[in-house]
Amino acid sequence: MNKALLRQQAECEWELMPTVGMRVPGLLYASEALLADMDEHVLDQIRNVASLPGIVRAAWAMPDAHWGYGFPIGGVAAFDPEAGGVISAGGVGFDISCGVRALRTGLSAAEVTARRDQLAEALFHAVPAGVGSTGNVRMDDARMKAMLRGGAAWAVRQGYGSAEDLARVESHGVVEEAAPDAVSEQARRRQLEEMGTLGSGNHYLEVQVVAEIHDKETASAYGLHAGEVVVSLHCGSRGLGHQVATEYARRMATAAPRYGIHLADRELASVPVRSEEGQAYLGAMRAAVNCALANRQILAHLVRQVFHKLFRLERLPLLYDVSHNVCSLERHVVDGQPRLLFVHRKGATRAFGPGHPELPEDLRPFGQPVLVGGSMGTASYVLAGMAGNDNRAFSSACHGAGRSMSRSEAMRKYRGEDIVRRLAHRNILVRSRSLRGIAEEAPDAYKSVAAVVEATERAGLARRVARLEPLICVKG
Amino acid sequence: MSGPRWEHFEHLSDIGIRGWGRTIGEAFEQAALAMTAVVTEPGGVSAREMVSVECQADDRAQLLADWLNAWICEMSARRMLFGRYEVQVAGGQLKGRAWGELVDVRRHRPTVEIKAATYALLAVRQEPTGEWMAQAVLDV
Repeated sequence: MNKALLRQQAECEWELMPTVGMRVPGLLYASEALLADMDEHVLDQIRNVASLPGIVRAAWAMPDAHWGYGFPIGGVAAFDPEAGGVISAGGVGFDISCGVRALRTGLSAAEVTARRDQLAEALFHAVPAGVGSTGNVRMDDARMKAMLRGGAAWAVRQGYGSAEDLARVESHGVVEEAAPDAVSEQARRRQLEEMGTLGSGNHYLEVQVVAEIHDKETASAYGLHAGEVVVSLHCGSRGLGHQVATEYARRMATAAPRYGIHLADRELASVPVRSEEGQAYLGAMRAAVNCALANRQILAHLVRQVFHKLFRLERLPLLYDVSHNVCSLERHVVDGQPRLLFVHRKGATRAFGPGHPELPEDLRPFGQPVLVGGSMGTASYVLAGMAGNDNRAFSSACHGAGRSMSRSEAMRKYRGEDIVRRLAHRNILVRSRSLRGIAEEAPDAYKSVAAVVEATERAGLARRVARLEPLICVKG
Repeated sequence: MSGPRWEHFEHLSDIGIRGWGRTIGEAFEQAALAMTAVVTEPGGVSAREMVSVECQADDRAQLLADWLNAWICEMSARRMLFGRYEVQVAGGQLKGRAWGELVDVRRHRPTVEIKAATYALLAVRQEPTGEWMAQAVLDV
C-alpha cells in the first residue's frame, strides 16, 4: 500500500487523498502495520464507493479490508434514499448475511477434552457440510416462503431452538418486509435441500475454549468465563443467497445507466433504493437474510442435540448471532439530524455501542457482542461495540482475519494431511471431507486476527472482551 | 496454437479460471472445465446424466458469466458435478449441455462449493493467434 495516498488522522485512522468524483471522504481504520500489508485495490474500491449517489459521511474500510468484488471486503457505506441514495448488491456480497453465531456450553475445557474425539466425530456427522451435502429439513414451496418471511423465528416455530434465542439474534431473528416473491425460482430450487447445511470454504463449526478475558465485567455479562467452552458457527444464506446475489448484481449493473449511475466497475451493481430494481433487491435480500438466520438457528439445534446426547446438557444459551454481509435500514444521527440510512456492511460487523435500544436489556449497558472469526486453527474474538462509535462507520467493526495468500498458493505450499497433524500437535482436532480444502484454508494463508482486533479497538470501533482458542474445527 | 485447454490463475481471496479454444464456444467449454477442476478432477466425473442450459446476454463477457453461473446453479440445485461441456454460441445466445453425475464424496473428494462467477477480470477475447480466450474469477 502506497502511504503517500493517505493522511493519518489518528493512530488507527487514515484518510484517502480525495480525487475527482468522490462525494464523501474515504476513511480507513488500520494500524500502520496492517496498512502496509493492505491490498492497493482497496483504495480504488473505496474511491469507487465514495463516488456513488446518496452516500452519507464517508466510505469506510475496516482493519481487515481486502480486495472484494465492487466494494472491498471490510467495506462500510450508508446511503440516504431521501438524497437519491443507492442500494448495491455488490455492497452486500455473494454470501448474503454470512455471519457468526456463538453458543455457550458452560462446560469446562477439561470436560470437553476428555471426550474430544467422540464430540468431534458426533458433530461431524450431525452437521452436514461440504459440496453435495444435504440437510434433513424438508422444504416445499409454501414452507420455503414462510421461512423467507420468518427467519430464525420461523425455525423456532418449527421446533429448532427456543423463543429466548431470538433476543440474542441481530434484528430479533427476523428481518421484516422480506419479499419471497422477489426470490427467483432458481434461487429457491438451490435451497430445497440446503436448509441445515454448513457449506464449505471458510465456513466452519468450532468448539472453542475461552482462553483469555480482556474485559471482565462485559465478559461476565455475556456469560463468558475463562476455561469454559463455547461453540461458534460461521455460515450464510447458502445457495439461495448466492443465487439472489448473482441475479440482482446482473440486473442492477444493467439498470444502473438508466438511472444516470456510472459504475466504475460492473461489480458495484447499484441502483437507487427508490427504484423498481432497488425495491426488488431489498425484498429479495431481506428474504435471503431470513434464510441465513433460519439456517444458523437450525444448525445450532443440531449442535445442541449432540451436546445433549454426549453431555446431557439441557441448554446451550445463545451468546449472539450477527451477520457481516448485509444491508440494514438503521436510524443514525448525522450532523444533529436523525436519518434513516441503508447501511451496507460487507465483511464488516454491526457493532452497536452501549445503550443502543436494539440490544436486549441485559446486554444494553455493555454494547453489542461482535463475533470475529479467525482462520482455522487460530483464535477468534468476542468484542463489544464501543461508546461513541456511531461517528465511526456508523457503529461497525471488523469481521475476521482476511486472506494473505491465494488458494492456489496455499495449495502448492501446504498439504492437508500435514496441517491436520500440525494442529493435532497443538491439541486442535480438524474434521473435514476435503484435505485439499484444508490446505486451501491453511492457518498461515490468513492475516493475524490478533492484529486486526487490536486495531479495531484502538480505532474506537469495538473493544476486546474475550479471546477464544479452537479445540475442534469442523469444515466442509 | 496448442488446442483447447484451461488453467487456473491466482486471485487473493478466490480463484481465477481461463479457457482457450478455436471458437468462443470451445473457450467457454474449457472455462467450464476449469471451473469443475476447482471442485474436483474433471476426468473423475462419469457422464451418467445430461443437463441443458440456455443463456442470452447483450455482450460476450456477460454471456460467459451467465454460462458459468448457469452451471453453478445446476451443480448446487442438483448436487451434481459435470466432467464434459458442449456449447453452441450464436451472437448473444448460447445453448449448452453438460454430462455428469451426482456428487460422490468418497470418489470425487470435492474441495469447495462455488458461490458465483463474478465480474472481476471477466473477459472474452480473440488472441493475436486467432484463438479465443474466456476468463472469470469465481467466488468460493
